[in-house]
Amino acid sequence: MSVSPQALSGIGVVEFGSYAAGPHIGKMLANFGATVIHVESFARPDGFRMQYPPYKDRKPGINGGGCFAYFNDSKLGITLDLKNREGRALARRLCRWGDIVLENMRPGVIDRLGLGFDTLKADHPALIMLSTCNMGQTGPRADTPGFGSQLTALAGICGLTGERGGLPTVLYGPYIDFIASTLGAVAVLAALEQRRRTGAGAHIDISQYEAGLLFLAGPLLEYHLTGRIAERVGNDDPDASPHGAYRCESDGWIALSCWSDEEFTALAATIGRPEWSRDARFSTLAGRKSAAAAIDAGIGAWTRERAAAAAAALLQGAGVHAHPVDTIADLFTDPQLVARRHWRRRRHPVIGDHAYCGPAFELSETPGDVTSAAPLLGADNNKVFREILGLSDADYAAMREAGAFA
Amino acid sequence: MLKGILVLDCTGRLGWLAGRLLADLGADVTKIENPDAEVHTSDWRALNVNKQLTRLDLGSSAGQRELDRLAASADILLATFTPGTREAARFQHDRLSAINPRLIVVAITPFGLTGPKADWIASDLELMAAGGAMSLAGEPDGTPLRVSAPQSYSWAGAQAAVGALTALAARSRTGRGQCVDVSAQAATLIALSHAPTFVDVDGTTPTRAGAFMTGRSVKGARFRVFWACRDGFVNFILYGGVAGRRTNTQLAAWMRECGAPLGALAQVDFAKWDPTLATQGEVDALEAPIAAFFSSITKRQFLEEAHRREMLGYPVSTVADIATDPQLAARGFWRDAAAAEGEVERHCGCFAIIDGERLPLVSRNDAQVEAPRAAELT
Repeated sequence: MSVSPQALSGIGVVEFGSYAAGPHIGKMLANFGATVIHVESFARPDGFRMQYPPYKDRKPGINGGGCFAYFNDSKLGITLDLKNREGRALARRLCRWGDIVLENMRPGVIDRLGLGFDTLKADHPALIMLSTCNMGQTGPRADTPGFGSQLTALAGICGLTGERGGLPTVLYGPYIDFIASTLGAVAVLAALEQRRRTGAGAHIDISQYEAGLLFLAGPLLEYHLTGRIAERVGNDDPDASPHGAYRCESDGWIALSCWSDEEFTALAATIGRPEWSRDARFSTLAGRKSAAAAIDAGIGAWTRERAAAAAAALLQGAGVHAHPVDTIADLFTDPQLVARRHWRRRRHPVIGDHAYCGPAFELSETPGDVTSAAPLLGADNNKVFREILGLSDADYAAMREAGAFA
Repeated sequence: MLKGILVLDCTGRLGWLAGRLLADLGADVTKIENPDAEVHTSDWRALNVNKQLTRLDLGSSAGQRELDRLAASADILLATFTPGTREAARFQHDRLSAINPRLIVVAITPFGLTGPKADWIASDLELMAAGGAMSLAGEPDGTPLRVSAPQSYSWAGAQAAVGALTALAARSRTGRGQCVDVSAQAATLIALSHAPTFVDVDGTTPTRAGAFMTGRSVKGARFRVFWACRDGFVNFILYGGVAGRRTNTQLAAWMRECGAPLGALAQVDFAKWDPTLATQGEVDALEAPIAAFFSSITKRQFLEEAHRREMLGYPVSTVADIATDPQLAARGFWRDAAAAEGEVERHCGCFAIIDGERLPLVSRNDAQVEAPRAAELT
């Protein structure tokens, strides 16, 4: 636990979220000190707990899933049966306590549960609520159910990935959900600033589809201006050559690129081809693009004899853009990520000691942290309902009896 | 929402999105560019709309003084640079903090301000490699790929906006600004979803899967993800579970209504079919009539019919498909901004709808936004 207050200490967040799009917002806020309460029920636990591997010892179990853990560190976990009258009443009380409510159900579902924005706002005029779903809360296809992995195709990103003229390519997991969650965090934090200034809350409607399009804002404007349709072109770039990935020894790969004639000269010298910088064919970007096959073969012959990390260090030393193509395993030993403590190991009661992802940015005065491992299902019911909401022993027992925590 | 927040945006391509997101939510963003900087490309215009352009030669002492003057009254300064260079000194938090202790300095760099690679240079390609994303994209035996339109810059810019506003929340309590040290490499890791947990919890390393999905059947079958249709491709997967059963059943019904041959689909009871137990032979037999059917329909037909039938799956859109999607039009996603010489530019609007409204793209004077190039200062 951090000793000094963090940036978002004292901010309460109630998360009716599951899978990636809601919970990843809560994680980003929790890593900077917000008190985030992740709401599930025993009847309907978060889908990331049981529907996706990996699991501790490869045995699917409600509390042993790495996928759920990865997006829910530093939070409190509670259960509330939202189909139960008492459960809903407690949920509403919790929202009165919170500054921010996050939900990523299909449009209309949270309203039918009696926890829609208008209802909650009547209790708590300064409430900030964020709703995120595939298509947004309105429009002819608002009710579309969908997976982020496939939505990434609708948003144009899969079509822009792959070899020239080849098939579109899958991006790992629900890629677009994380664009939406990051932009959602921006919106929620901006709403906090507005509330400090004006006292007003806000209802934020995030369409995961639209959020994803911001990552293609340039190609979309280009189409509107000129009619040009961007296509997948392997690893090519219009402004650099060479620009690609090359095989190294032991199944490794290196990515490298040259953005000026001087950089190409430095590359040529480093890989033992000083004559390239005197070759008129290679003296301009256009020339290097025409001769890409010969240049790529020369680079590939050099990289194949070397370890990716050593080759990248040599090239960087000469002022050339280069980095090993890190595998997912490599990320745990990448000296840069290790030096910046990107991975934070915490002890989880079921999974044991394992790695959580730290924030992508550090704050010099109020640093972020992974303050605890992800919660077991309902692990913090006692703390949240008795300490935070202040239920008496008798009320807590009565609620349990009534099935509120089922 | 960010009315009155003054942002000085001294970023290059790596950081453009950060200021755009803050501007979309109402911040006053001044985009600083060198006198000779190119501001006419689609990327520049798309990611710097909603900002006020000011030309400053930061290499000159006059330019530096002007930057410092602007920083004295700003709330947030966004900058991209290579640590250890002369340019970096310009944006040092300690120096700027002496001018304005409330200033939040957001340093967006490829690898962060500290660590053994802090002074390494990287473009989108190297960042996608360093963030693990390339290892997950491409054919299993082929070259690791990046997305053909830069993504790591957007991941970095978006995280920079989160960082800036997190520091703003801290300032409301402490009264002091601070340094936000954004690593584009670390930001790109967010694109990996939960892939890292496999290494850590399972001891396995996820790799690239190309156009197919593997790892779902205990018998090793692979499932097609991308299918050719009449005018491009669709993304459709034979899933199990409740949503998958509904999808598969609805697809068979749709094919039947169209008189398309059902082949092996006619024999299968999707209520009982379990993709985790399917052999490659079974999957191939089911996929053959689907492939034939999809080749006869268009992307838009698939989108509309899949929505009507509550099926999972989407077409693989091009930017042209996206530009004409009725869902986006109905939600007022596109925003036309007046540009120079009477031109109109159609931009992605604000990324969120707040209290039922999409905030307009406006300049700091609440006038209709002009593309910043029309307001260049010399």
